Amino acid sequence: MDRLLFGDNQFFGVNHMSEEKARAQMMRFQSLDAVIEVLDAAYDVGVQTFMCTTHERIALICDHVRAHPERYSDFAFYPCMPYAHKYANAVTEDGMLGALKRFLPDEGLMDAAIRGGSSMARKDIEGVTTLLIDAEMKMFEGLRTPVIFLQNVVVDLLLGLGFKDAFRIFAEHVQRRYDAEPGFITMNMPALLPVLEEQGIENPIVCSNINKIGFRMCGGLEAYEKALRERRFRAIAMSVFASGAVPAEEAIEWVCTQPNIAAIVFGASSPRNIGHTRDLVARHWELQPDLAGV
Amino acid sequence: MSSRSGVSMIKIAVVGLGKMGLSHLAMVKAHPEVELAAVCDSSGYVLGVLRKYTGVATYSDYEAMLRELELDAVLIATPSRTHAGMVRSALERGLHVFCEKPFTLSAADADELSSLARQRAVVTQVGYHNRFVGAFGEVKRLLDAGAIGTVTHVLGEAYGPVVLKAKGGTWRNRKEEGGGALYDYAAHPLNLLNWYLGEPIGVGGTVLGSVFSREIDDEVHSTLYFPGGKTSRISVNWSDESYRKMTTRITAWGTAGRIFADRQEIQVYLRDTAIAPDGYEHGWNVRYTTELTEPVGFYLRGEEYSAQIEHFVARIRDRTIDGINAFESAAETDRVIAMMIADAQRGASTLAQGGDIAAEPAKRRRRFRLPRLVPQPAPQSVGQFETRGGA
Repeated sequence: MDRLLFGDNQFFGVNHMSEEKARAQMMRFQSLDAVIEVLDAAYDVGVQTFMCTTHERIALICDHVRAHPERYSDFAFYPCMPYAHKYANAVTEDGMLGALKRFLPDEGLMDAAIRGGSSMARKDIEGVTTLLIDAEMKMFEGLRTPVIFLQNVVVDLLLGLGFKDAFRIFAEHVQRRYDAEPGFITMNMPALLPVLEEQGIENPIVCSNINKIGFRMCGGLEAYEKALRERRFRAIAMSVFASGAVPAEEAIEWVCTQPNIAAIVFGASSPRNIGHTRDLVARHWELQPDLAGV
Repeated sequence: MSSRSGVSMIKIAVVGLGKMGLSHLAMVKAHPEVELAAVCDSSGYVLGVLRKYTGVATYSDYEAMLRELELDAVLIATPSRTHAGMVRSALERGLHVFCEKPFTLSAADADELSSLARQRAVVTQVGYHNRFVGAFGEVKRLLDAGAIGTVTHVLGEAYGPVVLKAKGGTWRNRKEEGGGALYDYAAHPLNLLNWYLGEPIGVGGTVLGSVFSREIDDEVHSTLYFPGGKTSRISVNWSDESYRKMTTRITAWGTAGRIFADRQEIQVYLRDTAIAPDGYEHGWNVRYTTELTEPVGFYLRGEEYSAQIEHFVARIRDRTIDGINAFESAAETDRVIAMMIADAQRGASTLAQGGDIAAEPAKRRRRFRLPRLVPQPAPQSVGQFETRGGA
């Protein structure tokens, strides 16, 4: 795993600070060229992993990378699924089962019919879950996806409901079908870790907010620090700047002194900010200039 | 209440397992002071999956569940038309009740249930989660402190991408079941306006318009008149794809400044004539969610959703009848909605010279069946100027 990962919030108008800023970003990144330009800037300074949602526009980026294999020989995608808003809006419109039907692959696919149909009938979530994963993964066909994440809304919903088997089903499917490592994004990291362990998911990759002010770190800063010290997992720190509430240098300096952090994921809209963050991380982690994985 | 490791646990059943119900269920179950006693839903399928994978007790018959279980509280997240009956049953058994918004579809039901809850001295709450959003809470604090002087007008808005084409077959698409942007979207900013300005004395110029839906409203516009000459406008559209997800915002104008707030931030402009509250200065002030938001015990989809459940549980634990979003306050919003439905039938209150209401294209005006006991609109007198509301 690379130590510095590039996120995609900025491309889709996700900004936890300001809706105005989010809209400005949406306007700016309406053109795919603008997105590619920023991705290229990251790639060219050694930030070669793109941790992204399964938003339909990501498919266009996938097409671009597929079309230029030499340019992007070291490019990796870390897909984070599902893109929850499309499901949430569909549930409002079509109800729970209607929405499910809408996102399952079209009829005619034998596999889908068998896995989906019989699994629905048995109230067995395994078939439906794996079908949904496959539907979301379709856009990444032929591309490197060494880690596949389950998004925090789903992870935390399953965690809250006590739907623990789903984590194992997800992990086994991405390992078997995509030869990828499972990753889990959560806002409740200290609560999630024992559940993953209980499900036999060893040394899991877990991405959560880790920032100096404890913003959206449920269970509290201390519980996070304790988990980082004592539990066996690979932590990815996101929201290290706490949506801009912590100045960049201070934020990176703090997060780099935390134990057991495998990687940092960050978003930026300009080559300047990408370079700045990269340099800060390289300096505080004393990394080689190419930010090679460890 | 039962006891687990010395802490007395509050026994709650969750009723209705749609989008809101499932997310409430996750938060209720994750709460350290709550024991999830059962879930109840009309879909045997969803119940079966939950029973199989989480081991929870399940019921498809609400009344049977109330009879058979020793509960402290119920959380009701069923389609809106069923709220009143279910809430009544729970109150009659002396249970604390959390009910999703809108509270009821009839102002009379809302009033009756509010007083029943008072008599039984139980804790009640309705899921208007925006009152738990840090930025909207800060608006309340600033208005109450008189930070922008005398408030003259408040604009409440909600936009989002729900109905983007002519289709859909759930209860949300049927007006008699509490579907439509009025109940689903507009209720949120309306409830905030109630919080900030109290109860309006009248409404006018209400439009419940269709964009794509055949039966229900996709956009809502109205003017609310409050005591003392204050007014509000409500502007709502749930067929707006330019928003990634639902956005609710408030803008308040006063003699000494202006406040804008959404879920993420609050922007406050204070004139030199304002008495700036602690931490604020004249001119622009911006505060973000990172500083306005209190941490919660379990995060699923925004602190406000967790915070409202924590508030409900804390009130039950502490036996605090008064609290944020108790039935009385949600009943205010139900009454405003009832007035708006009645008002929307009037159409234009002032017509162009020689105008004929019969000639007005009616395709965009929704015909609502009025809920019980809503004041029926007087027949429109064509061409006559009419003044309503205001003070």
